[in-house]
Amino acid sequence: MEIPGLNLLRSKDFTDKLIKGINEIIREINKPIKFMHVCGTHEHTISKYGLRTILPKEIEILSGPGCPVCICPAADIDKAVELGKRDDTIITTFGDMIRVPATNISLAELKAKGADIRIVYGPNDAVKIARENRDKEVIFFAIGFETTAPLIGYELQSKPPSNFSVICAHKLIPAALELLMSQSQLRIDGFISPGHVSTIIGMKPYEIFSRGYKIPNVISGFEPNDVLLSILMLLKQVRDKNYDTINEYSRVVKPEGNIVAQKVIDDVFHPISSPWRGIGRVYDGGLEIRDKYKEFDADKKFDITIEKSQDIPPGCSCHLVMVGKLYPFECRLFRKECNPLNPIGPCMVSLEGTCSIYYKYHSENNS
Amino acid sequence: MSNKKESSEIIRLAHGAGGVLQENLIDFITKNIAFKNVNDGIGIDELDDGATIPLENYDKEIVVTADGHTIFPLFFPGGDLGTLSVCGTVNDLLMMGAEPIALTSMIIIEEGFEFEKLGKIVDSMNRKAKEANIAIIAGDTKVMPRGTLNELIIATTGIGLKDKKIKILDNNIQVGDKIILTGSIGDHGTALMASREGLNISTELKSDISLLLEIYNAIKLEIDNNLIHAMKDPTRGGIATALNDWAHKSDISIWIDEKQVPIKKEVTAICDMLGLDPYNIASEGRALLAVDPEHSEDILKKIKATKIGKDAEIIGEVKIEKPKRVLLKTIVGGTRFVDMPLGEPIPRIC
Repeated sequence: MEIPGLNLLRSKDFTDKLIKGINEIIREINKPIKFMHVCGTHEHTISKYGLRTILPKEIEILSGPGCPVCICPAADIDKAVELGKRDDTIITTFGDMIRVPATNISLAELKAKGADIRIVYGPNDAVKIARENRDKEVIFFAIGFETTAPLIGYELQSKPPSNFSVICAHKLIPAALELLMSQSQLRIDGFISPGHVSTIIGMKPYEIFSRGYKIPNVISGFEPNDVLLSILMLLKQVRDKNYDTINEYSRVVKPEGNIVAQKVIDDVFHPISSPWRGIGRVYDGGLEIRDKYKEFDADKKFDITIEKSQDIPPGCSCHLVMVGKLYPFECRLFRKECNPLNPIGPCMVSLEGTCSIYYKYHSENNS
Repeated sequence: MSNKKESSEIIRLAHGAGGVLQENLIDFITKNIAFKNVNDGIGIDELDDGATIPLENYDKEIVVTADGHTIFPLFFPGGDLGTLSVCGTVNDLLMMGAEPIALTSMIIIEEGFEFEKLGKIVDSMNRKAKEANIAIIAGDTKVMPRGTLNELIIATTGIGLKDKKIKILDNNIQVGDKIILTGSIGDHGTALMASREGLNISTELKSDISLLLEIYNAIKLEIDNNLIHAMKDPTRGGIATALNDWAHKSDISIWIDEKQVPIKKEVTAICDMLGLDPYNIASEGRALLAVDPEHSEDILKKIKATKIGKDAEIIGEVKIEKPKRVLLKTIVGGTRFVDMPLGEPIPRIC
């Protein structure tokens, strides 16, 4: 069995050529460069293959807010916890989500106390549970970016049973990138943009960065040489001062994206100003369920208000790690009080979380 | 924090998956045992593959291992629970440098289990025991009410004999040693996972389950001369667990060259698809060896000449810097840590 193109995408010969090219261009540019990716899977590739150790030291790759589990506000988890405390509810969500610390307790702890919390692989499983348990309210705690939103949208369009509802905590990536650009102290020289999200939204939403903010943008795949080629493509744009949005992941991402999925999102949701954990309120940074599907919106169906929530526990630096202002090993809790068995902040929980990835693959510093 | 409480109050599946959590569980169970070894032999504290009982006035010692076997499904591509219980036990003895002599077997059966299936499993046990030239000398059976266990559990004790002077131990690895791996990693766990997940994408991939006796016999001379400093079969937790265990117990670092690590294309593909790390996945017929560098090529040649060791490679070496760590030179030339897996490998969701 052969994965197409894998020989090239993980080939050392090709890597060596890319690194040679990168070294040549960085010499021409002759100043330190900072690129940011906004996808947990990119961080995973970069760390798993040790790419930072073979890049020239002038290039810094920052890890942005690319883990949907990490940026989900504590208040939304608190909501799921409150609903989960009721005798007549079953809370369903993705695996990583149940371990994320919230203001008081996580869903995992609630489950240990006897609440019916179930891990599902997708919203279709949650709907199935709703059909099989008509005497219970089955609530799907929906997190994720543009990649998972169409799945939930499709379920709502397909007439789920009346005992099914959704806590909608979906976020939108381009809006968050724009917020990061406005934070002048970051001085990002280019974005390695997420291949998965782009599969849905296509290339157009990124054009504002190349045209408006004059910084380059490359939509990248997830093999080591995908990421290195994207870095080379970004560097060329920096050198030539010719800023564009380029699709390195063209074997998967179409320029227009997935139109069917876009229509589903548009039919079921509308963008709203939305809080991101550790980042704050992002204009048009989230999705809300439209009125025509409001009977499935858990926010409207149940009267739950969270008075006060705590996104970042004392001492935790996740809010700085998430926007690339701090490396995980610069946090004083990292590898000490905070580890994957006992995560204090959200970035230590998910396999896509920056702290969790650094714990697994990195030494104490970046060397 | 909430999760601390959760992990300290109940036993989760991850406590049995060969990672840090399993270490915590073993410590919980063993810390208050009053007598932990006999005649200053290797005891439970060493957490090695087995224990030794040195015989006074005699140059041999008895090697004892205990092993519980459970697997889903009971019959898997390449073997069944019977094959697994004998191979696992015999391999544990071999990995301590001992010659296997006998084993005992305890079979716990769920009410309603079919005789036909039990027959097949017992046949496999007998066949493998004959192949290993060992006797099954004692046993016990229990039948439990339906629902109190899942089908069948086999618990074995392995008994072997070795020269006192042979020191093959997890804490015996020397700086400069070469690390040999006798075959491709992750075949067993990946084949099982693929069949459980219904990924019928590969008909050829099957468990690597086998007796390591052929390899043991091929390098008996080197074992007797203490040129092999440690041996381990990377079962639960894969080579990541085995190598980290060595690095900790021997207070050294192990540097692995990823391009030397034998791995089947099917295993890479299935692991990529499920978001799993092949370094964390179990093998049941492979061995890792830490060997004297001057004899490493000879030893490799002898292993390569065996049927189950033909894909063996020297995958790395032992250094003094960054002790207690396993480092990997990746296929594209970068360097990273190989960490101890934390628990049950679960397929990623996104």
